[in-house]
Amino acid sequence: MSLIYTISDKTKKILFAMMAIGVFAFFYALVRGIPGQRIWANLLVNIFFFMSIGLGATFYMAKKYAAEASYAIVYKRVYEAISGYLPVGALMLILFLAAGFLGLHHIYHWMDKNVYIEKLANGETNPLFDKGIAHKAAYFNPMFFWGRILVFFGLFILAQRTLRKRSLEEDLTGDISLYKKSITTSAWFLVVFGFTAPVIVWDVIMSVDTHWFSTMFGWYVLAGFWCTTMITILLLSLYLKGKGHLEEMNDNHFHDLGKWVFALSVLWTYTFFCQFMLIWYANIPEEVTYFQDRLGSFGYRPLFWIMFFTNLILPLIVLMSRDAKRNPKFLMIVGGILILTHWLDVFVMVMPGTVGANWKIGPMELGMFIGFAGLFLFVVLNQLAKVPLVVQKHPMLDESKHHQI
Amino acid sequence: MSTNTIHAIYDDDEVLVNAAKTIHSAGISVKEVFTPFAVHGLPEALHTPRTRIAICSFIYGAIACSLACLTIWYFTVYDWPQDVGGKPSWTLYHNIPAFIPPIFEFTVFCSAHFMFWTLLFRSWIFPGVTPKNPDPRTTDDKFLVLIETDSNEVDKISRMLKETGASEVKIVSN
Repeated sequence: MSLIYTISDKTKKILFAMMAIGVFAFFYALVRGIPGQRIWANLLVNIFFFMSIGLGATFYMAKKYAAEASYAIVYKRVYEAISGYLPVGALMLILFLAAGFLGLHHIYHWMDKNVYIEKLANGETNPLFDKGIAHKAAYFNPMFFWGRILVFFGLFILAQRTLRKRSLEEDLTGDISLYKKSITTSAWFLVVFGFTAPVIVWDVIMSVDTHWFSTMFGWYVLAGFWCTTMITILLLSLYLKGKGHLEEMNDNHFHDLGKWVFALSVLWTYTFFCQFMLIWYANIPEEVTYFQDRLGSFGYRPLFWIMFFTNLILPLIVLMSRDAKRNPKFLMIVGGILILTHWLDVFVMVMPGTVGANWKIGPMELGMFIGFAGLFLFVVLNQLAKVPLVVQKHPMLDESKHHQI
Repeated sequence: MSTNTIHAIYDDDEVLVNAAKTIHSAGISVKEVFTPFAVHGLPEALHTPRTRIAICSFIYGAIACSLACLTIWYFTVYDWPQDVGGKPSWTLYHNIPAFIPPIFEFTVFCSAHFMFWTLLFRSWIFPGVTPKNPDPRTTDDKFLVLIETDSNEVDKISRMLKETGASEVKIVSN
């Protein structure tokens, strides 16, 4: 059908309704007197979850350039549009962290200045002093913290903006030097991303459980959001295909995306298990608290295992065969379930360290998830609607159209 | 009525795939195609049944996984239970996280190796065997389509093969 995607009035209405549900859920929480900690923790889950999809798409975009891969060019605009959420998500995350520093919430225990002071002014021992956190004072020093957060996100957004801008310009002029420049930029970005993304994950998610640390955690979260990104790309392109767009995208491309989801689910499980097994085996108190919180008396045990086994078994069984990866219905159902269980993964990462046993998946959680999903889709679809859905002048476009596996 | 073998040689993989489509639609059955590398789209063009090696691999993997579980249970639970780092292995279930890496490795090892041997046996390509390949040039840059047919059809088919872009058509009578 048409090369230009326009957001229909009906879609717009649905998206605004979703966002309204989110806002409504927020006020519902305030009216019902749900503790502020739970609302803030839930905000962090959603802000991080959707921001990470934007970040994952930026990573995927850069990876495609650096590898000079051709197969994904027909749906290039789809992952570019998803990466367009990164600036919005990053801004929200930075505001969230700033709110913590201003003392509006207490998600991060280390932001409390009192935990670093051993002796009070009158010479008595400070009851709030926390030796474990005080040891990390250099790392959590506000200057250093804000410096790295702003610089890292600045670099991510810069890369996203640059690649997207060049890609749009290339479509108008057909200038191949822009493509070559993008390859260099992407290679640099990948190096930066590889070192900085785990640090972002430590700062934003791992520091919720301030005393706990794991060297596997950065990769574990990264594998998780990479997988979520691929599912998002898959679902969005299935949606567009269903609307009659993306004519050049055929079963081969969907097969590829299905393989991505399958492979990354296994990668996610691998990193999860690496972290889990080493901690389980060593059984060192300071490490094992993480799983004590999740498998112990706080009641996360069902969520934790549902999340783990769905993320592993579902793609393993359903997406193993070639036919399943070429069947839009299968992909739609599996993708839909996996995106929820990956959200649950982030939920289980954040909640035990913030609200402990006082968690619940109620109307507020669901409503705010829907609200954020509405915002995410609104931003992404707006990015999509700006330009033709398939790139016009890309050196590998023709190769991608004839992609066959 | 004797059967004749026709060797049609092509220079280019794209020409070969198009030729294969024409040959298949003309109702001529192709015995074998020899190519220097895997040509995309060729099996589809010839409507070859899909390979069953993935099923073999799955079966090998399933057997290996069960075997690994059994062996580990025998070694570490039944025959000689030990207490490793405060993890007494008196049941398989309680210690399964520690056993998953070897079970996983053994499964991957077996499914990969047996799949490899299955392929070698099925295609009979061991070191030292007489190659089935009729023309050594197909290991370099030529593509060979092998057709077996009745002697009275040979002329018709070879004319058709020429039309599809074959650079060379050789008739080998048995």
